[in-house]
Amino acid sequence: MRLEKGDIQRMAEFDNKNARRAQFSAQVRGLMLKLLVIWFVVSFGFGILMVEPLNEIRLGGYKLGFWFAQQGSIFVFIALIFYFAAAMSRLEREYKEGSK
Amino acid sequence: MSLTLLTYLVVGFTFAVYVGIAVATRASSTKDFYVADGGVHPVANGMATAADWMSAASFISMAGLIALSYNGYGGSVFLMGWTGGYVLLALLIAPYLRKYGKYTVPDFIGERYYSDTARVVAVICLILCSVTYVIGQMKGVGVAFSRFLETDYETGLGIGMLIVFFYAVLGGMKGITYTQIAQYVVLITAYTIPAIFISLQLTGNPLPQLGLGSTLSGSDMYLLDKLDLILVDLGFQEYTTTLRGSTLNMLAFTASLMIGTAGLPHVIIRFFTVPSVAAARRSAGWALVFIAILYTTAPAIAAMARLNIVDTMQASDGQALLIEEKPAWFENWEQTGLLKVEDLNGDGRIEYTADPQTNELTKLDNDILVLANPEIAQLPNWVIALVAAGGLAAALSTAAGLLLAISSAISHDLLKSTYMPSISERAELRASRIAMAVAVLGAGYLGMNPPGFAAGTVALAFGLAASSLFPALLMGIFARGISREGAVTGMLAGISVTLLYVFQHKGIMFIPGTSFLGDMPPNWFFGIEPNAFGVVGAIVNFATAFIISRVTSPPPREVQELLDFLHEPGEAQ
Repeated sequence: MRLEKGDIQRMAEFDNKNARRAQFSAQVRGLMLKLLVIWFVVSFGFGILMVEPLNEIRLGGYKLGFWFAQQGSIFVFIALIFYFAAAMSRLEREYKEGSK
Repeated sequence: MSLTLLTYLVVGFTFAVYVGIAVATRASSTKDFYVADGGVHPVANGMATAADWMSAASFISMAGLIALSYNGYGGSVFLMGWTGGYVLLALLIAPYLRKYGKYTVPDFIGERYYSDTARVVAVICLILCSVTYVIGQMKGVGVAFSRFLETDYETGLGIGMLIVFFYAVLGGMKGITYTQIAQYVVLITAYTIPAIFISLQLTGNPLPQLGLGSTLSGSDMYLLDKLDLILVDLGFQEYTTTLRGSTLNMLAFTASLMIGTAGLPHVIIRFFTVPSVAAARRSAGWALVFIAILYTTAPAIAAMARLNIVDTMQASDGQALLIEEKPAWFENWEQTGLLKVEDLNGDGRIEYTADPQTNELTKLDNDILVLANPEIAQLPNWVIALVAAGGLAAALSTAAGLLLAISSAISHDLLKSTYMPSISERAELRASRIAMAVAVLGAGYLGMNPPGFAAGTVALAFGLAASSLFPALLMGIFARGISREGAVTGMLAGISVTLLYVFQHKGIMFIPGTSFLGDMPPNWFFGIEPNAFGVVGAIVNFATAFIISRVTSPPPREVQELLDFLHEPGEAQ
């Protein structure tokens, strides 16, 4: 089988597209992992596992561990979701621009 | 104007608004009925999701649960658990299911696991967790009516059903969405106003979230330190540090509520109503903002109301409260049975201590904290009327969302997708209305005759969602190799383990006397209480699904294509 010039170009485009898809997936996985680590640390970590040492530190009238368990973790959760929404829109835009 | 009349006016006004919205938002297609035509603005959907999510339990019971049953810090499991689930929902579940673009949760499970059996098992899990949940809401409606409007429980429940029936059957998801937005406004106003006043009175800071960390007015002692001190003095444990069970139990409890939240169908389907995948992500953020307004206020109400109660129990001479000096709100709530005092030693005073032998405040129901809050803080009658309307809004909005999840599972997943695929769009719309009507009547019946297991229902619903639907969805989206056999056995194993554990400690179907292991910490698996067991069921589900998928044939090509499509960057074309 002889390869025409156009075929090679199409194959290159195909490889290129796959590579960009793989890169996009890796970026999304990295983003999710990063945010889930923060999610875990502020709630299960600061709020439960590390609550005793953190309670030695004060935030006004709050013991810090108690504050994370009853207020702080919730504020962080909100920030995580909005950050994720913005970061995903950016990644998708970059992917789309790379495809042109 | 009397309080009852005022309450009738306020509640009547809110009900008129809900009915007005229902008339304006009739559903004219199945897409209207199931997903409000997919045209809801992400902020509006966030608000509707918040109302959908926050039930009678969140509104009426949670602050009291934190302050009394879980003694402060232990109650953090509810605060973190019921909000942290939204991070999982926003990152891992909602955007992918929105991209999938169909109407229900079993829809996705049926197609991803290429099997009617998987779809039917998902419908059964969905109905189990939604029905147990809706009974609690119906009871909430009946109780709110009988307490504030002085009707009997049944009449109150009947009126509530009638209202839900009207807007849910007529408008489907479309009607429910816009009434939920109105209900959110009512419930959040009703929740925050007493909190702002109580925070001002105690600390001089109008924001309860800051007031909780402030010093008490006219003193340089922090509110929480004072509370710790007084409670320890009365023989209770410290408010800010006492664990619920063990550290492991708190981890498991929080995790179960989080993954249960991310697996509850009536919450997930709300994200099918926004116009795009990006909107679904943003909308989850907005939902959590609106939820957090209540959830960060609740711990402030909990601590402040507990402090107020302890203060009330002390007479001006520093001794225990004299019976003849009881404040008026005390007597009002004694009549409802939520509060009871007994002068055990006959000294004319009411002693409040941790020791059941000498404690004379013999009953202090969790619900008192929110319900009596306006009276304790001596707020005007219209605030009390508003709290009644808020409790009803919380119960009705959640009930409507659950009923939609149930009825669409029946009309769409069972009829259209499984047993009558040739049914026309018009017939399906009619079927979904009939299914909704039947669901409302069924829920009303169960509310009138609550089965024995209704007491533990909301916690059970989370355990079931956590152990069955969440793992099936998560693996369905991210684990390409899970086969239909793996998914079906996983769901069944997860839900069985959870149910078995709950039943062996709480009684089969919660019937007293049938618990063969007894509900006591020494018999708990690693000290994990039954309400916290959903996460163990979920682990069993994951493990079973992975093992079974290794020995069965892998999913076919169409499933790989479906997953390629779900993970494709950008919107569905």
